[in-house]
Amino acid sequence: MARDRLHEMRGRVAIVGAAESDEVGRLPGKSALMLHAEAAHNALADAGLGAKDVDAVLSTGRQTANDVPEYLGIRPRYLDNTQMGGCSFIAHLQHALCIVEAGVAEVVLITHGESGASRVGMGGGDRFAPDTPPGQFEMPFGIGGPPTRYALAQARHMHEYGTTREQVAEVAVSTRKWAQRNPRALMRDPITVDDVLSSRAIAWPIHLLDCCVVTDGGGALVVTSADRAKDLRRKPVWVLGTGEATCHSIISQMPRFHVWDAAVMAGERAWAMSGAKPSDVDLAMLYDAFTIVPILALEALGFCKPGEGGAFVANGRTAPGGALPMNTNGGGLSYTHTGMYGMFLLVEAVRQLRGECGERQVAGAKTAVCHGTGGILSASATAILSTER
Amino acid sequence: MAEEYKAPLPNPTPDSKPFWEGARRHELRLQRCRTCSEAYFYPRNVCPGCLSTDVEWFTASGRGTLHTFSIVHRGLKVTPLPMPYVLAVVELEEGPRMMTNLVGVPADPEHVRCDMPVVLEWADVTPEATLPRFRPA
Repeated sequence: MARDRLHEMRGRVAIVGAAESDEVGRLPGKSALMLHAEAAHNALADAGLGAKDVDAVLSTGRQTANDVPEYLGIRPRYLDNTQMGGCSFIAHLQHALCIVEAGVAEVVLITHGESGASRVGMGGGDRFAPDTPPGQFEMPFGIGGPPTRYALAQARHMHEYGTTREQVAEVAVSTRKWAQRNPRALMRDPITVDDVLSSRAIAWPIHLLDCCVVTDGGGALVVTSADRAKDLRRKPVWVLGTGEATCHSIISQMPRFHVWDAAVMAGERAWAMSGAKPSDVDLAMLYDAFTIVPILALEALGFCKPGEGGAFVANGRTAPGGALPMNTNGGGLSYTHTGMYGMFLLVEAVRQLRGECGERQVAGAKTAVCHGTGGILSASATAILSTER
Repeated sequence: MAEEYKAPLPNPTPDSKPFWEGARRHELRLQRCRTCSEAYFYPRNVCPGCLSTDVEWFTASGRGTLHTFSIVHRGLKVTPLPMPYVLAVVELEEGPRMMTNLVGVPADPEHVRCDMPVVLEWADVTPEATLPRFRPA
């Protein structure tokens, strides 16, 4: 394709409703669909809209595209169940932009609900069944959960660039400082680099405090056109740029373990569409399933050069009071991580850009970048949001 | 008596069956595209370089380098080797990379290095299944 038309869509749609489920954390009394519904209810209330206003539902999880609309009693004219892992909802934002601009829908509801810790109403379906590519070519070698596989990227990054576990651990320490300012965060006790290094080994070089928490929760967004946004109760948060990309599905097929190619591609697309650059950003919401992931993202998105991510996060640069506020909700590392955490990046960015964040508010925040991982660094989606267009 | 092997095993599909049958015979079978000459893994009926369907099987040397690794300490109920063990991605000298386990070396980052030369060692883990493992060359 010679050139996409996304740049023409810069600032043409806005997020006009954003909310999470009533609670996040350990919620054994709620199923995944209940969390979708609670978040959808809250986001529509935030937008001042009702179910009847919604003409597109974008969601994903273990269900089909029909399940969330049925549960909510909505009969959308457009359905989207794009499943690329935790960044899916950022990709959904790009899809929302496209369908609103194409005139397929005007009010788009994007929902997430996941009982990641309590496993209530999560259904079955094994993506790693023995007759799938990961089931045949990765599972037999003892991959278990995500830490073993993300560790493969960190080990190669350490080898290529001399990145140290100490540098990477700074991400956990800085993020915990933000969590201390978020009363909803699961983990709020202060931690040090030594605490991270001496926490028990899960899959070297990843230790326990390099890993995100595992929780239940949901979130939802309402997205609409500039025209419709004018009459709504919330100050619009404009979508300036979006990008999505994939470079592999199973980690053993990752083209370069020390460079996150999907993030490079998604980021380039989003920056180009937005006309913004990293130095324009007041807030970075970078998916932190593990401490290495935001470091890879900072490099891929151009906040620093390849290999310099470890040095970049030193001295609290991303902590409260630092030059680049990052993951101000406390991140997947300390706030909440349901499994597909990407929705929470967007909701926090909206809250920050609206100035609703209380003790953790980034003063005067105007522009934010949200960036997610899907699968095992398999996919990426990036969104650049702003109070102005 | 050896304990029963309980870790996950592959259930071959039509595209991968020649690989797993080759493993039973201790032959590392890869594919190569006759159109663009790319050697590739995991097995599939189209070339991931150019989408040609004109692809052939060949037997690889079993030599390569350790591209990257992690050392698995906990988090799995059943494992292919006693924990801690080395989960590895090996780059074969023919070019493709594959996930495997590194054996014959302490599972300790002091003893395992990216880019170290490695060589194939077959593991007949059950009467039906053979897995490729690697050890330092």
